Amino acid sequence: MPAGSKLLPSQKVKISRGKVHIIEERCKGCGLCTDFCPKQVLHRSERVNEKGYHLVEVIEEPEKGKFCVACGFCQIICPEYAIWVEKREEYV
Amino acid sequence: MEETCELLHPIDRWLKTERMPHIWCPGCGVGPTIHAWVRALERVGIEKEKVVYVSGIGCCGRGSGYLDVDGFHTTHGRAIPFAVGLKLANPELCVTVISGDGDLFAIGGNHFIHACRRNNDLLVICVNNFIYGMTGGQLAPTTPHGGYSTTSPYGNIEHPFNTPHLADAAGAVYVARWTSIHVRELELSIAEALRMKGFRYIEVLSPCPVNFGRRNNFPEPDAMAKWFAQSSVIMHGADTSKVAIDMGKPIILGNFVKREGKPTYYELLRKLEEMRRKR
Repeated sequence: MPAGSKLLPSQKVKISRGKVHIIEERCKGCGLCTDFCPKQVLHRSERVNEKGYHLVEVIEEPEKGKFCVACGFCQIICPEYAIWVEKREEYV
Repeated sequence: MEETCELLHPIDRWLKTERMPHIWCPGCGVGPTIHAWVRALERVGIEKEKVVYVSGIGCCGRGSGYLDVDGFHTTHGRAIPFAVGLKLANPELCVTVISGDGDLFAIGGNHFIHACRRNNDLLVICVNNFIYGMTGGQLAPTTPHGGYSTTSPYGNIEHPFNTPHLADAAGAVYVARWTSIHVRELELSIAEALRMKGFRYIEVLSPCPVNFGRRNNFPEPDAMAKWFAQSSVIMHGADTSKVAIDMGKPIILGNFVKREGKPTYYELLRKLEEMRRKR
C-alpha cells in the first residue's frame, strides 16, 4: 500500500450495482463490451439474433466478485447503442 | 425482453430509433464518437433545437440521418463550407461537422485549412479510420506509411497527413486527438471544445475492422480497438509536429493546442459592418 493512503471502511463504502440491458436486434457481436468490461461479466453467447450475429450475455458470479458495478463503459463504447446499464445502488 | 421494450437506451432521445440498427460495421468507431458528442452536448447543456450536425460523404455521412437533430448530409468534401454558411447565417446555432478523413482531408482539404485560417466558429470532429472505408478500402491521405489497402497491395509508399499538426499550423484554436476507445476523455474534450469559440478540431482515431483492419493484421472486429488501447500514450500539450501516426510506434493522444483571444471570423465581420456604418 502506498505511503499516506488509507483503507476505506468497507462497511460504509457503497459499491454501485447495475443491471445490464441488451437491445438484441441492434447487437452486431463486435466484442468491444466483452473485451473492455472491467468485471468480465459480459460474455459472447451461442444465441444469435435475427441477423445472425452472436449475442452478448451477462453472467454474474457475485460470490467470486464478478458482478456489474454500473461503470457504464459498455454503454458508451458500444458502436451499436445496443447495451445500457441501469444503476442500482446497494451496500456491499 | 419485456423490460427492454419499456425502457429506453439513454441515447435514444437523440436517435431516430426507427432507423436502428445502423449500417456501420461491427466494431466501427463512428458510433462511440457520436455517442461521446451527444453526451458532451448534454454535459454542456446545449438545447437539442440549437444543435446542427453537418456531415460529408462517407461512413460518417450517415450519422446526420440517424440523429434526431437538425442535420445535413452534404456533397463530398463540402461539409465545412456548408457549416460555415450555416453559422454565419444563424450565429445562435451550435454547428458541428463530424466527417471522415477522406472527406475532410482529401477532397475537402482546402476547405479545412482555410476555415482554420479564418477561424470560423465551428467544431470539426474528424473520424480518422486511415482508409476510404465506405468505397471499399482504397488508399487515403491518412493511411499510415506501409499500410495495406486495396489500391496499395504492396504497402503504402506515401506519407500520411499529421492532421493535428495541419490544424495547428493553419491556426485552429483547439486541437486534440483521441481514439474511439477513449470515450470518457473524448467526451470531456468535446465538452471543452463546445464551450470555446473559433475553429476547434478533434481527431478521433477509429477502428475500421472491415476495410483497414482486415488487410493490416487486425483480423477481428475488436483487434484495432485493442491496438489503440495498448499503444496509445496520453501527452497533453504535446508538440503537434511530433504526433504523426506510424504503425508499430506509440500513438500520442491528448489535448494539444488551446489558443485564447483569437477573434472569430463572425466577430471580425461584425466589426467591419459597424465600421462601415459609422462612415
